Amino acid sequence: MALLEIQNVTRRFGDFTAVDNVSIGIDAGEFFTLLGPSGCGKTTLLRMIAGFDLPDGGRVVLNGEDLANRPPEQRPVRTVFQSYALFPHMTVEGNVAFPLRMAKTPAAEIPARIAAALEDVRLQGLGKRYPHELSGGQKQRVAIGRALVTHPTVLLLDEPLAALDAKLREEMQLELINLQKEVGITFVYVTHDQTEALALSHRIAVMNKGRVEQLDEPSRIYGFPRTRFVADFIGQCNLFSGPVTPGGDGIVTLTVPPLGEVRVATASKLPPGRSGTLALRPEKIRIQTAAPGDTRDNHFPGTVADMLYLGDVTVYKVATPGGMRVEALLANSQSGSARFFEVGDAVELSWAIDAGHFIEE
Amino acid sequence: MNIKPQALSAASAARLGRWLVSGPPLLYLLLFFAIPSLIMVLASFRSPGEFGGLAPLWEDGKLDLNLDSYARFFSEPIYAQIFLKSVWYALFTTLFCLVLAYPLAALIAQSPRRYRDLLLLLVILPFWSNFLIRIYAWMIILGPNAAVAKTVNGVLAWFGHEPVPLLFSSFAVLICLVYVHLPFMVLPLYANLEKHDQALLDAAQDLGANAWQRFWRITFPLSLPGVYAGAALVFIPALGIFAIPDILGGPGDSLIGNIIKQQFLETRDWPFGSVLSIVLTVAALALAGLAAWVGRRNLGTPSSAGDARA
Repeated sequence: MALLEIQNVTRRFGDFTAVDNVSIGIDAGEFFTLLGPSGCGKTTLLRMIAGFDLPDGGRVVLNGEDLANRPPEQRPVRTVFQSYALFPHMTVEGNVAFPLRMAKTPAAEIPARIAAALEDVRLQGLGKRYPHELSGGQKQRVAIGRALVTHPTVLLLDEPLAALDAKLREEMQLELINLQKEVGITFVYVTHDQTEALALSHRIAVMNKGRVEQLDEPSRIYGFPRTRFVADFIGQCNLFSGPVTPGGDGIVTLTVPPLGEVRVATASKLPPGRSGTLALRPEKIRIQTAAPGDTRDNHFPGTVADMLYLGDVTVYKVATPGGMRVEALLANSQSGSARFFEVGDAVELSWAIDAGHFIEE
Repeated sequence: MNIKPQALSAASAARLGRWLVSGPPLLYLLLFFAIPSLIMVLASFRSPGEFGGLAPLWEDGKLDLNLDSYARFFSEPIYAQIFLKSVWYALFTTLFCLVLAYPLAALIAQSPRRYRDLLLLLVILPFWSNFLIRIYAWMIILGPNAAVAKTVNGVLAWFGHEPVPLLFSSFAVLICLVYVHLPFMVLPLYANLEKHDQALLDAAQDLGANAWQRFWRITFPLSLPGVYAGAALVFIPALGIFAIPDILGGPGDSLIGNIIKQQFLETRDWPFGSVLSIVLTVAALALAGLAAWVGRRNLGTPSSAGDARA
């Protein structure tokens, strides 16, 4: 039995089904992420865990207890809001003390608890400041410290880093990971940022249109997306779709109209004629002047149509004769032998038959 | 320092523009506010004229300025008593308006956006009819043959109590004071409450606060700028009011405003009327200053105070 059980939860707003029969089990001490585009139902689900919203169907069970009859203030669950929602008329200490006062913590204990919480989020010495005197990152820490000070069973984080700039966001990601390890509290994290989800989480539930498309570890979500949506949403991905022709040795051939025949190593036993998709990450594609011809690899000619120099890597968009655009990534760390291309160069794309991931449709 | 001539002329043009914009209102205030106030201050030190008004300032080769009227205010306790009573009436009015206006303002602030303008319109609707007419309307409402008086006295008779007149009483004065000033409390409170961030209340609830704690710990402290603004808008005019006690009050309900009016129009003792006016102004300024000072001390957060201010 998991610590937090979301059992067949459904939530409708009029005709719109925001959360559609979702079941998730979240274990104690886990850093769990709900990932998806806006409108996918992740925030609605979070609000139902916090108690601000109630499911139309299904149950939210914490520690074996159905939370249906507990209003938010009586759930051992705390939320870190996207807007921080710090009380502007209270100092940092006042904000952190607020949940302690609400919980009728003995006054004598409060200073020590505040100090410990501020130390957890590395805000020692800022206790007397007001929220408007803090930077975005510091406000974020106050919000987290305030939510953790009463040692909740579950901490919910609603896109907590969305308002921070890129550099600070990365710093806070590392801190969140460390903090979660330190306090050992279960984190349920909501984000639309897939890199953030991959970096932070033990497990991720990728949501789309109110449903969970895939629930897995980050590396499996990235490496083995189960659906087209997941492949497309998580990172950059080339999707080649077409009818399959099974071959021997666990290899199927996809007939992709604008590209040609693509061979894929897969355990899939799709009958001939059914459609499948190869999800192929750009970094798995080699881009060269001429592909070595003696292997079983797939290889296709093309012309560099666009390129994006990103510093550490260069992204090439290669147009094939059939009119398909394939994205390939070349690490700029390769030195000497690696050849770099310009727009208009004729190139050869190639990848191993087991480089991608086959999705049945 | 290397200012180009064009920059200089641009700066002086800007200065000229500022004077053109702010000049007329400044002139208006100077002519119709500052100078009359100074005349009143001067009048308070002069002697009353034989047949009302003021005695000549320059008589028998000496300047006739004295503290007689001030001495009178401080030596005859009746005036201090009336003054104190006026403060009590104004305080009561302010408090009662606050108690009535707060839920109303909160209700409007929380109602769907498309109804808010209509509800606000209803709040300010009484302003569309004349102030005096509205006070006279209360004469009818509270009159001895009206339903209110009959009901109240019917209930009292049931308990074996003598009938009480509602009209021409402190009760009538107070109820009308509250009625007249209520919109001045509702509007600043609404302007403040309307800006409150629902996320703060969600956060408070999430952190364990029940409905009462959310109000008392979050909503109310954040609404204090609105409370202070409303209190000032009600207290200061209520302190100087004379029409309501004149029309609805009994013989014992004269307030400082009535006495001032009396000094100028009936007794025609202008110096003493001036003294009373000055005492009233100073008291109102002192109380408003005190409220502002308390407000600033309680809200150490300029941002929140700024955000929440009307």
